[in-house]
Amino acid sequence: MEFLLATGLGVLTSAGVYLTLRRHTFPVIIGLTLLSYAVNVFIFVMGRLAIHQPPILDKAISNYSDPLPQALVLTAIVISFGMTALIVVLALRGFLETGSDGVEEPHVDADASIKDEREGVVR
Amino acid sequence: MRIALVCLLPFLAAAVPPLTIRFGRTVCALGAGMASLVSLLLLLSLAPDVWNGIPVRQSVPWISELGLNFSFFVDGLGLFFAGLILVIGLLIIVYARFYLAAEDPMGRFYAYLLLFQGAMLGIVLSDNILLLAIFWELTSLSSFLLIGFWRHAPDARRGARMALIITGGGGLALIAGLLLLGSIAGTYEISEIIRRGDVIRSSPLYTPTLLLILVGAFAKSAQFPFHFWLPHAMAAPTPVSAYLHSATMVKAGVFLLARLWPALSGTEMWFLIVTGVGLTTMLIGAWIALFKDDLKAILAYSTVSHLGFMTMLLGFGTKFAATVAVFHILNHATFKAALFMSAGIVDHETHTRDIKRLGGLLWLAPISGTVALIATASMAGVPLFNGFLSKELMLEAAYTTTYAGVPGVIAVLAVVAALLSVAYSARFALGVYLGPVRDDYPHRPHDPPFGMWAPVALLSAAVVLIGILPALFAGGLVTLTAQAVVGEEIPPFAPALWHGVTPALIMSLVAFAGGYLAYRFQDQLGRVRQSFVRPDGRALFERALAGSIRAARWINARLHTESLSAYVAVILCAVLVVGFTGFFTTSHGAGERMTLPVNIVGLTVWVCVLGSCAALVLRHSDRLLALIVISVVGLAVCMMFVQFSAPDLAMTQISVEIVTTILLLLALNLLPRHTPVETNGARQARDGVIALGCGFGVAMLAWFGMTRDVPSISTYHLAESKLQGGGTNVVNVILVDFRSFDTFGEIIVLCVAALAIYALLDSALTGAAARRLAGMRQGQESGDAHSFLFVVASRVIFPLALVVGVYIFLRGHNQPGGGFIAGLVVAISLLMQAIASGYRWTARRSRVNAHVFLGSGVLITAATGAASFVFGRPFLTSSFGYFQIPLIGEVELASAAMFDLGVFLTVVGAVILAIAQIARVEARAERMPVPEGPLNESDAIATTALQRGG
Repeated sequence: MEFLLATGLGVLTSAGVYLTLRRHTFPVIIGLTLLSYAVNVFIFVMGRLAIHQPPILDKAISNYSDPLPQALVLTAIVISFGMTALIVVLALRGFLETGSDGVEEPHVDADASIKDEREGVVR
Repeated sequence: MRIALVCLLPFLAAAVPPLTIRFGRTVCALGAGMASLVSLLLLLSLAPDVWNGIPVRQSVPWISELGLNFSFFVDGLGLFFAGLILVIGLLIIVYARFYLAAEDPMGRFYAYLLLFQGAMLGIVLSDNILLLAIFWELTSLSSFLLIGFWRHAPDARRGARMALIITGGGGLALIAGLLLLGSIAGTYEISEIIRRGDVIRSSPLYTPTLLLILVGAFAKSAQFPFHFWLPHAMAAPTPVSAYLHSATMVKAGVFLLARLWPALSGTEMWFLIVTGVGLTTMLIGAWIALFKDDLKAILAYSTVSHLGFMTMLLGFGTKFAATVAVFHILNHATFKAALFMSAGIVDHETHTRDIKRLGGLLWLAPISGTVALIATASMAGVPLFNGFLSKELMLEAAYTTTYAGVPGVIAVLAVVAALLSVAYSARFALGVYLGPVRDDYPHRPHDPPFGMWAPVALLSAAVVLIGILPALFAGGLVTLTAQAVVGEEIPPFAPALWHGVTPALIMSLVAFAGGYLAYRFQDQLGRVRQSFVRPDGRALFERALAGSIRAARWINARLHTESLSAYVAVILCAVLVVGFTGFFTTSHGAGERMTLPVNIVGLTVWVCVLGSCAALVLRHSDRLLALIVISVVGLAVCMMFVQFSAPDLAMTQISVEIVTTILLLLALNLLPRHTPVETNGARQARDGVIALGCGFGVAMLAWFGMTRDVPSISTYHLAESKLQGGGTNVVNVILVDFRSFDTFGEIIVLCVAALAIYALLDSALTGAAARRLAGMRQGQESGDAHSFLFVVASRVIFPLALVVGVYIFLRGHNQPGGGFIAGLVVAISLLMQAIASGYRWTARRSRVNAHVFLGSGVLITAATGAASFVFGRPFLTSSFGYFQIPLIGEVELASAAMFDLGVFLTVVGAVILAIAQIARVEARAERMPVPEGPLNESDAIATTALQRGG
């Protein structure tokens, strides 16, 4: 199982990194989401793997999986939602503002939009 | 404390003039003047001690580890300079009150002037070279403000910038030099350093130290080759020129040479460089001054020349020469400040400073003319005026000094400089004040108000008194100061007017005769000058500046490529290098821990993840497909959490998965549907290599981690969860109790993210973004009403979903669940209504105010934390108890539950706010109108018709 997880993590990371290096917003967002998965799972498995040992206290059970990485990852999952949402909105706003979806294009469109803005003021 | 107060008082008082200007210009000037006066009185109260040789020191540790202390001391040199700064400062304040025009912002002017005064006093009173360097830079800054005072004038702005760059740049060299000096001497206190001259001079670091300090001092004191900034600084108002650029700031360099004279002087290198530079500057300044037509330019170059004079004397390295240098600092400050103020009076009265348009002013403005002529005579070195005395003594020192084995070279060149000085002084006197009265002045001059000529008259009186009775009026002060400079007792300084016929007298006479000739034949000399190649300092400076700006832009353009991918690639490569260096330079192998057997669930999930990742990499240009595939990965991760005993994580993951997918779907509705397919194979290959490197690293790290056993600190959490936190769900207890401060921070992050999203999209509803939004036409919508079945189902499910949420929240402390998960579940049930019935329908009926949820969530958690203060416990201390409630039975009430409630509300608020805001923006996009709800179709059609009509 450990081998599956390690290789799975490696593949997730590779795909995440590759997509993060793309030139348009949406693949970057997808890539970052994959990286979030990878990081969360990585932190989680650093608590080592355990089957049928949820950290819910019970007098009959004496072995539990490590609750601390789980607690860290739980908030991380929610925070990564916040992060993804923020990046999505940044991408959206950038697209609406400039008409461009790229993450590395020169500022041609931005200049045009500034011009628009000025005209808007005049109107 | 008095010493520090002397220099801190002007800083504090700098706030006064801008505040008092509303009560009138005189009050404003009085305020500034009072500050200087109090400072001066404080200084004078220290004078008796200094006079009697009692050291006046004080020191407060500042950053002692760096050798930086807030230490001040007053000795003869400090007293002399501080007195000069304050006395001339007072005169300048009076003068400026009448000089500045009504439209000049006088409050600002005096504020800058006081800042400068404080900084300058700091330089001369610091006992710590690092503190001195700080004040040194402060003078550069305040002089920048003062030179650029008339900010509307391009010349003033350019001159200010040039002065700042040259003196500030010199200041950087100076700091380096002073640091070296401190490390050689083993102390940064000046009073110690000047006693360790032998150690310093014999150090191998002496040469770089000296060179760096000299660059700083020469830049400040406008010595060749930095001399060109001073004339351009003349764009400043004349009081500034008189104060900074003749009497005080430009003397800071000379002061520093004098201050460090016992530590640095006396070597061959000191002599050759300082004397050589001083002599060159003296000659060049005097030569150029002869050909300038602007009065302030003449005085500026004359100042450059006289600064060279002082530098040269300090370079000689003899006690006699150092004494003469001190004497000349005093003399020059008196006559040159008077002359600058006179030039200001001329400008003020005639509205011109061009010497070709002036003449005969003495007859029209007899008082200011007379006092100006006295100062001019001193500048020329005419007997009975103080300039004569120091010039004679300088010539005497020059006569006896041999430069680089060539006898007489200094003497001859000094005579030439003196000769030129006579010539330009004669030109100044004859061209402005003497000669016939003209009838073509731009403005008919007469004597200025008393306040303007009185400071000049006072300085001229000093010129005459010192000139006639030097021993009485300057002897004691110069002796005291010179003793401080050379660091040992010297015989009382008592220059006499008549020495008999000495070589110096003969040299003086030659200078007068030659000066007359140079004045007579200035036109011919001017033609000689025209035939030289004259490097224009300003043009060179501007070119160097433009070049460095171009270089900076070039570097910036390379570094700041505005490409996210490039930045990310660089960061990842750095991580790879660091990570793999660590990985391959230590030994490691697989751990001993027993691995779990592979089961069918694990294998299936693994295949799903691999397949999804491959699909994403290959087919991500179809964005909707990518979105679907990434949910598969999310579900796989969720399955993995289920498999490996993390029920809380699985519940969180699946609910986050849902809201993330909704969010991305909404965003995709406005973003382009497809990513352009890439064709750059090399780039893809490069990214592929980086990606594989990262993946390999993570896989290895995970493998080596998972196959090892480690002791975990969570045994504590497992043991104490029930006892201290009162809950059996350890993950939840950690979140809301053990590590609740982390959680508190995290929900604030979530809150900030939601608010940032709100702000980003709220402002998108105007301007270019709104127009683009309005212009979006979306053809893919079906235009159908919302599915009847779905609407009904969602409305039936809604209360049930809420109940589930509440249940998950309540049981969270003991069973999988809690605030985070419950918040997500409730948010989803609310969103479901919007999906089923449309954003507008839901928004109109929704009582949920996301902002209130967010705010109250954070406030409740904060209040829960703060409540423990009431019991005298630290922030977020938890407590719980069990209570018997009739009919319901035993109920546990924990402060952690309140905390979890705050978490719950924040999560609901954040999710709703983010998604509702995108939906709101989306509603702006003009599109095929979608009927709002299935139940009131006729209404909807009517509204649509109305909207169309509008």
